[in-house]
Amino acid sequence: MNLADYRHAARAWLRDNAPSDDSQETDPITRAKDFMARLYDAGYSGITWPERWGGQGLTQAEERAFAEEARGYALPTYIFAIGLGMTGPTLVDRGTDAQRERFVRPLLRGEEIWCQLFSEPGAGSDVASLQTRAVRDEARGDQWIVDGQKVWTSVAHHADWGLLLARTDVDVPKHKGLTMFVVDMHHPGVTVRPLKDMSGRANFNEVFFDDVTIPDEHRVGEVNDGWSVAVTTLLHERLSISAGVGMGGQRDHPASVEALRQAVDTGDPLVRDQLVELHIRTRALALFNQRLAQETRAGIFPGARGSAAKLLLAELTMFQADLATQLVGPEAALAGHPLAQAISMAPGMALGGGTNEIMRNIVGDRVLGLPPEPRVDKTVPFKDLKVGTQA
Amino acid sequence: MKLVLSEEQQELRGAVRAFLRAASPLPKVREGFDPQVYARLNGELGLSGLIVPEEYAGAGADMTELTVVLEETGAALLPGPFLTTAFATVALTRVRDKELLTGIAEGRVLAALGGPLTGPLTGPLTGPGGAAGLTCDGSAVRGTLAQVLSGMEAGVLVAPARSGDGAVLVAVDLTGPGVSRTALETLDPTRGQARVELNGAPARVLGPRPDIGDLLCVALAAEQLGVMRAALDAIVAYAKVRVAFGRYIGSYQGVKHKLADMHAKLEQAESIVRYAAWSADESPDDLPEAAALAQAYVGRACFEVARDHLLLHGGIGYTWEHDAHLFYKRAKADEVLMGPPRVHRARLATLLEL
Repeated sequence: MNLADYRHAARAWLRDNAPSDDSQETDPITRAKDFMARLYDAGYSGITWPERWGGQGLTQAEERAFAEEARGYALPTYIFAIGLGMTGPTLVDRGTDAQRERFVRPLLRGEEIWCQLFSEPGAGSDVASLQTRAVRDEARGDQWIVDGQKVWTSVAHHADWGLLLARTDVDVPKHKGLTMFVVDMHHPGVTVRPLKDMSGRANFNEVFFDDVTIPDEHRVGEVNDGWSVAVTTLLHERLSISAGVGMGGQRDHPASVEALRQAVDTGDPLVRDQLVELHIRTRALALFNQRLAQETRAGIFPGARGSAAKLLLAELTMFQADLATQLVGPEAALAGHPLAQAISMAPGMALGGGTNEIMRNIVGDRVLGLPPEPRVDKTVPFKDLKVGTQA
Repeated sequence: MKLVLSEEQQELRGAVRAFLRAASPLPKVREGFDPQVYARLNGELGLSGLIVPEEYAGAGADMTELTVVLEETGAALLPGPFLTTAFATVALTRVRDKELLTGIAEGRVLAALGGPLTGPLTGPLTGPGGAAGLTCDGSAVRGTLAQVLSGMEAGVLVAPARSGDGAVLVAVDLTGPGVSRTALETLDPTRGQARVELNGAPARVLGPRPDIGDLLCVALAAEQLGVMRAALDAIVAYAKVRVAFGRYIGSYQGVKHKLADMHAKLEQAESIVRYAAWSADESPDDLPEAAALAQAYVGRACFEVARDHLLLHGGIGYTWEHDAHLFYKRAKADEVLMGPPRVHRARLATLLEL
């Protein structure tokens, strides 16, 4: 099928199958799973994934065509985003054939939901200093026992499986003692607690592991080679974030120029100039994102330059919510006001997926090629290293 | 919308960059305008005729190609009238009498563009000082232009003037009678300006004054993009070799993070320049917003990057001998060339119907 036909078929399928807003009779998870199954059966889930593991084996061109056609729809795929964007691609890249056989097709069809378990309370920006332990237990069969805690885990409360990074050796430097596993989120030793963020929503969770067993066949990659697997996952994460990064300031956003011009007195020259500043910044980032997308299409891989786009988006999000609340005044301080939500959610963009400081380090080191910061943690055995929060 | 350069455009960029690196390195820039460099620029690379239509001996290229070249002449801080001749060329391609274009394409004519290009006949490019602009009686021109970019090096002035038929574009031989030129000492030592007084200087009326303000904003933004890129490259290179407290200064986050922010500005500036150039060539409806955006964002970003590049050099960057101030001063001179930067923001406000 040529690309035009493919696009045409995708458009028709979406028109007939994309759920409408009024289909509220079933619970959202069931609805999302039903939709995902239809999406997979129609051939639109895992478009570029290998056919052997349940994908369609097509190219980026088809995937892009479908994404462009789907842009106008609010498809209920959010709970599958971690699986589709990060853990699934990691298994395709680094899993065993048995793991790919077992996990990939149900993931693509939305039968099983995935989460990613890397960050911990003591290991955020510096995730390789994580402390959750996995100890091999050959006495009870070839399996591992896991104890510890993870945090910021999106969709953990719906997840069937998690991709877990744990410490398997404390006598070697921190990057060399980690191993990657697939963990059963329904194991009785797994406790998921919703974690309310500062906006009052609970979009992520804390996850506790207490004597959780994992069979060795669910290990991904070699023992103590988990960091290289994690790098694979994080690469996919960054790609899926930058691909999904909005153009910055959608028209219906309560802090967009479009919304604010209705809400404030644009006869005031100071207000006009502030709105102009917002417009300039919004356009500058939107055009940068579009240029990165065009370069990707032309075969120029954006790599670490995507971190500059993420940094700019975080700064714009904060600037925009801050400015909008100032322009609107006292009513923005009422909890029900959309701008009260916007200013409460704004810091999230500067923290999730790497802080602004980490983004600047990445741009400095990998785009500009600046000399690295001297490190004290590369050669010390993990057990002798300061980690987490210490007096 | 096209925001990525084609292979041919990248080749053009490479050729201009390589030429300028060899023919006009910074020590040479300090010596000022060199007609021989211009002769080669036009002879070997054909740059003066780049956007001149083919029937006037030019290459007939688009604004996008011009922006590619101006980015490189900007990065090299090329002295002399290249920018203003490009401005004049843009104007000349949009009037009835295009004859001067042949001389420009063949490298025989260096033209300077006087202002103002839009609005009332006083304002941007005539510069401050209350210049009243020019009047033309059909064959002779009177009046004063307070600041003409590269006005001493150019041989022909192309400028708008009031006439019985409204605002027209005229051409004046700057070496002819009735012309009095005074070199002005400028902030930017790499590119001069002149005060030009015309007392009945013979003039040729080329046609009604064309509306090219937006195109000039795009062209200038391309030069500014080059200036900021070169400034960032210079300080990044220095941060990799300069040591303080036993470490390369680029390894300190205080330096590294500032450089990362400068890179982010550069990425946005390049995206805007590509968009504005595309608008100029392919999407005239988008051009007014794109042009105002280009000056409002790129002009400021260029000065900020040039400023921080100077500051991060430390004390050496404050010396006359070091090149940092050349970028800093070119960036500032460019930022105010089209008028106070607020005019671009005010235009955006108008275009957004705020």
